[in-house]
Amino acid sequence: MARNEDTMADGESNAGTDERLITTDVTAGLDEESTATTDSSRTVIDARNVDFYYDDVQALDDVSLSIPEGEVTAMIGPSGCGKSTFLRCINRMNDLIDIARFEGELRLRGKDVYDDDVDPVALRRRVGMVFQEPNPFPKSIYDNVAYGRRIQGMDENMDEAVEQALRRAALWDEVSDQLDKSGLDLSGGQQQRLCIARAIAVDPEVILMDEPASALDPIATSKIEDLIEELATEYTVVIVTHNMQQAARISDKTAVFLTGGELVEFGDTDRIFQDPDSDRVEDYITGKFG
Amino acid sequence: MSNESAPIDLRGDRGFQDLRERIYQVAFLACAVISVLTTVGIVLSLAVPAVGFFQNVSLGEFLLGTQFSPAIRPKVFGVLPLVFGTLLITAGAGAVALPFGLLTATYLAEYAPPGRRAVLKPMLEVLAGVPTVVYGYFALVYVTPLLNAIPGLELGTFNALSASIIMGVMIIPMVSSISEDAMSAVPDSLREASYGLGATKFDVSTGVVIPSAASGIASSFVLALSRAIGETMIVVVAAGQTARFPGDVPGLLTSFFKSTQTMTSAIIQLGLSDLSGGTTAYRALFAIGLTLFVMTLVLNVVSDLLVQHYQEDYD
Ligand SMILES: Nc1ncnc2c1ncn2[C@@H]1O[C@H](COP(=O)(O)OP(=O)(O)OP(=O)(O)O)[C@@H](O)[C@H]1O
Ligand SMILES: [Mg+2]
Repeated sequence: MARNEDTMADGESNAGTDERLITTDVTAGLDEESTATTDSSRTVIDARNVDFYYDDVQALDDVSLSIPEGEVTAMIGPSGCGKSTFLRCINRMNDLIDIARFEGELRLRGKDVYDDDVDPVALRRRVGMVFQEPNPFPKSIYDNVAYGRRIQGMDENMDEAVEQALRRAALWDEVSDQLDKSGLDLSGGQQQRLCIARAIAVDPEVILMDEPASALDPIATSKIEDLIEELATEYTVVIVTHNMQQAARISDKTAVFLTGGELVEFGDTDRIFQDPDSDRVEDYITGKFG
Repeated sequence: MSNESAPIDLRGDRGFQDLRERIYQVAFLACAVISVLTTVGIVLSLAVPAVGFFQNVSLGEFLLGTQFSPAIRPKVFGVLPLVFGTLLITAGAGAVALPFGLLTATYLAEYAPPGRRAVLKPMLEVLAGVPTVVYGYFALVYVTPLLNAIPGLELGTFNALSASIIMGVMIIPMVSSISEDAMSAVPDSLREASYGLGATKFDVSTGVVIPSAASGIASSFVLALSRAIGETMIVVVAAGQTARFPGDVPGLLTSFFKSTQTMTSAIIQLGLSDLSGGTTAYRALFAIGLTLFVMTLVLNVVSDLLVQHYQEDYD
């Protein structure tokens, strides 16, 4: 298993050292300067002056925000405003894109995830992700859910873990008798829930969800929303959604991005939806813009 | 006015389109028929003289015989030593080419930066373009003496080992090139899914990319092995012309160290030794050719079935 430093996409050069964990300072978030939030909840993810470029196209423009622990933070904004880009900065998925360039600071529990000594592999084991497009592996439903646990060496009680993840993702009842069927033979909405099950099966402490309910009917959507609220009792959830009602229903904090990758407003969801500071945000939320 | 307006015209340009479609159809059919006919022609040209052969030598004697000596009396025409020689050399070539080819493909598809891949891939493919007779002499003149320099290894001037190693080198690019194409065709979204779960590059390559590209990789193996089974020049030049069966020398591995005859090199020998064409030995050439054809066909059919069975689509 040759792992040649110089042959890898930038940022992946540490990928081999599975065992290394990010050195975290659990209390670091406490003393960070206070942000738009008023309550005293702990900050898990803290972005400071984040700029992001694809080649010379700027996708994020001086974004600063603090995501509190154990809550649901929603990211809303028009298409192309940089929501996915921001989400993918948090677990360094953008490292895989050659032309991507990150500037600024992004801390997970006080540790800058772009520091040289951070292994993206270890980071992604703590920060799970559900992608915007469902991307199940061409493997059985069971193996899809078990995959992450296997590579992370969480081999014990696999059957129960798979069942539990599928139950929480509201997919179990539909697939319990066909777990060896290919994940690709599921419908789009089922695939989306399979990807959710796959992500939560490894128990990440932060879960990034990029429009996890975009292909779901109202019943499945409400089950996923229940799941998100349940997850937020133990974990931290960041969710991108185009559905204003959904953001208002399930999130504690809301970040509104507008075109150009600018974070226009960030704060308690209730306040953002009832009384936003910015007229542009009000226009966007009420559908006059975007 | 009434709403009974004239129905809209949806007839299109039927006459011309029909004609055009028909011409295409005939042209495509003709191409398909030509290649099928060529194959049938070749099989027949093998089968007809082979029938003459089987009037003198029984099918059982040919297929089950463990001795092949077409020149020295009593002439015997058992094909098994040739099948054994062919399988021996093919196995040796496969043992070199499949792992190296797959690892190379993985490196090119997953690890190499795009610039390096653009340079390396064509360089590798040059290997497939070297004339096989050159490979044969390379094995004979360089590889065999080199192997003989290893203490404890005593190879004949002509031996199966150096022929298989060099044949393996020759077919590496078939494996690596086709496998790399299959691996590069695996959508990036699957890689992202895997990285997103905390996978290392090695996890992604072995757990996602290779399984997802399995059918393409299997095809590359089959293609390369078929090429090895049919390869002639390297064997003729480097492996010699002694038909052997496993019992003839002690131990399976020692067969590698000796001169070996394959089906292809036997065909060359028979063809060269008897140009008049009327003898049983000459006709044996066609029986062996037919056997070779059937073997390759079976390999292809079996692998097609396997690929169909294990195919994992990802679209
Ligand atoms: N891989 C990439 N290469 C180049 N540019 C990209 C890439 N991904 C995104 N962009 C650009 O970055 C900007 C932000 O894209 P992003 O995907 O973050 O938007 P988004 O807010 O998630 O939109 P949507 O709601 O449609 O998903 C867009 O202008 C997009 O064209
Ligand atoms: Mg997006």
